[in-house]
Amino acid sequence: MVTTTAATDTRRRIVARPAAWLVWGAVIFFFLNLLGVVGSVLVSSFGQRWFDTWFPDGYTTKWYGDAWTEFALLQVITVTLQVSLLVVGLSLVIGVPAAYVLARRSFPGKRAIYLLFLLPILMPPITYGIPLATVLYKFGFAGHLSGVVLANLVPSVPFVILTMTPFIEQIDPRIESAARMCGAGMRSVFLRVLAPLLLPGMLASAILVLVRTVGMFELTFLTAGPDSQTLVVALYYSMSAAGIRAQQSVDAMAVMYTAMMLVLLVIALRYVNPTQLVARVKEEPDP
Amino acid sequence: MSVTTRTPTAESAGPPPPARAHWQHRLAERGVDRHLWLLTPALLFVVLLFLYPFFYGLGLSFQPTEGGPFSDYARFFSDAYQRDTIWTTLGLALPAALLNVVASVPIAYRMRGRFRGKRLVTILLVVPITLGTVLTAQGLLNFLGPTGWFNRVLSGLHLTDEPIRLVHNYWGVFFSLVITGFPFAFLLVLSYLSGIDPTLERAAATLGAGWWQRFRMITLPLLMPGLATTFCLTFVLAFSVFPSAVLVGNPAGETRVISIAAYQAAYEQYDYPYASAIAMIMGLIELVVIAVVLFARTRFYTGSTGGKG
Repeated sequence: MVTTTAATDTRRRIVARPAAWLVWGAVIFFFLNLLGVVGSVLVSSFGQRWFDTWFPDGYTTKWYGDAWTEFALLQVITVTLQVSLLVVGLSLVIGVPAAYVLARRSFPGKRAIYLLFLLPILMPPITYGIPLATVLYKFGFAGHLSGVVLANLVPSVPFVILTMTPFIEQIDPRIESAARMCGAGMRSVFLRVLAPLLLPGMLASAILVLVRTVGMFELTFLTAGPDSQTLVVALYYSMSAAGIRAQQSVDAMAVMYTAMMLVLLVIALRYVNPTQLVARVKEEPDP
Repeated sequence: MSVTTRTPTAESAGPPPPARAHWQHRLAERGVDRHLWLLTPALLFVVLLFLYPFFYGLGLSFQPTEGGPFSDYARFFSDAYQRDTIWTTLGLALPAALLNVVASVPIAYRMRGRFRGKRLVTILLVVPITLGTVLTAQGLLNFLGPTGWFNRVLSGLHLTDEPIRLVHNYWGVFFSLVITGFPFAFLLVLSYLSGIDPTLERAAATLGAGWWQRFRMITLPLLMPGLATTFCLTFVLAFSVFPSAVLVGNPAGETRVISIAAYQAAYEQYDYPYASAIAMIMGLIELVVIAVVLFARTRFYTGSTGGKG
């Protein structure tokens, strides 16, 4: 019975077991609520007036235009893209060499260094974000684009190290040795042998960092000034000042944010396994 | 001859210039050589942007604007309005993390095999994680609000007469933690479960064990360490709840979590020492919970048969 293939197994259980109904019921209930959460934002952003009915009275797209001008979204989106691309580039440049050393070499203190790199991922952003923001304000970085980028690098570099390590471990070390034998220096081994081989891995971790940076609220919120807000922070401010602007234009902005995230997600899922978006922290060291 | 005389001096009086190649060689044997320079940018980064701010904040928290070195900590713990934020945060984060992990187990157990649409389910589950808490909060306000679809369905089914109040209180924040936390926990549990060798269960089945016995005696013990890790990570996510506590919660009362207290100290009162003290307390409490869970985790079997964290 257990040795039957999983496909027929589940199909039979759906008919047979009340437990299966319960499990699938819970999953469907979760997805219905999720659909409601996302869908109500979407419907509301297109609705003209929506008070005490199932659906709005009429539909319009004017809220998008309103949101675009009211919240200066062009500037906000530009900042979001600038921050994300800078964070992705810098964290790859800093993280990949470190990931290489940590994946390939063993040396005294390696576990301690690994733990040090893990800590920023294991701590909630607010905990280290407040001291970090204080320091960034002290040196005059916070309130500008540079401060936002620096703050966002803190969880991104460890994340690059974690996602790159398995990719580097996959590469046969003999390839590098062969390159060395043919007279390549460390530089050309990196640029002409490792970089092309690591391209898929770098693409995967770049897209993961991109998704995380666009969605990162806390660190950006703590360090951003008025002209360095990313989309998610601008969304938060417009929501917490509810009542000043029409609810629908806030919803329209939320839909734009959702659309941006979904586009990124679709791109991401072409290169990475969905579980990788959450589960790369698995290499956490044993206590 | 000369080598035997030089070695003791090198060891006793530090490496003199002639022994340079020697100690470099010895370090290289232990894995320390030029390649480790590649670590420098990352180490520099983690020291400057993580360790230095952390210790700066720690130092700042002992230099309050008035009073002795511990007066900010004393201030936090003597003020009931501030002290209670700890219980508020734990009261939200612990049940939410526990629910997310416990609910993930049967669902992941059911879904660990291959079936049609599995990739679709996992992709759909990733959506709330990527959307993040701010958008979830906005959606929950619309969806769970008094005239939202959820209350309409309930009253349409005659389950309630009056709309249930689900936002701007504890439950709104709790739901937002479940919506973002459950998929996260589920995907982790699923990856741990898939790591457990299925032949172990088949062996138990041939010995006559029913599905409950197989789950209870084989899968669950192997999965426990993974569950502990999942709990920790989900708890960290739930513990730092900030946007949803402000937006769908009641930030002045019921859901005044500790991160709100820290934020207010830093950005509304501009009292950075006090804010740092609160952030340190927050980090410490979180670490205590994680340490307890990880200590419990060492008591489970962590063999090589997958399922471990």
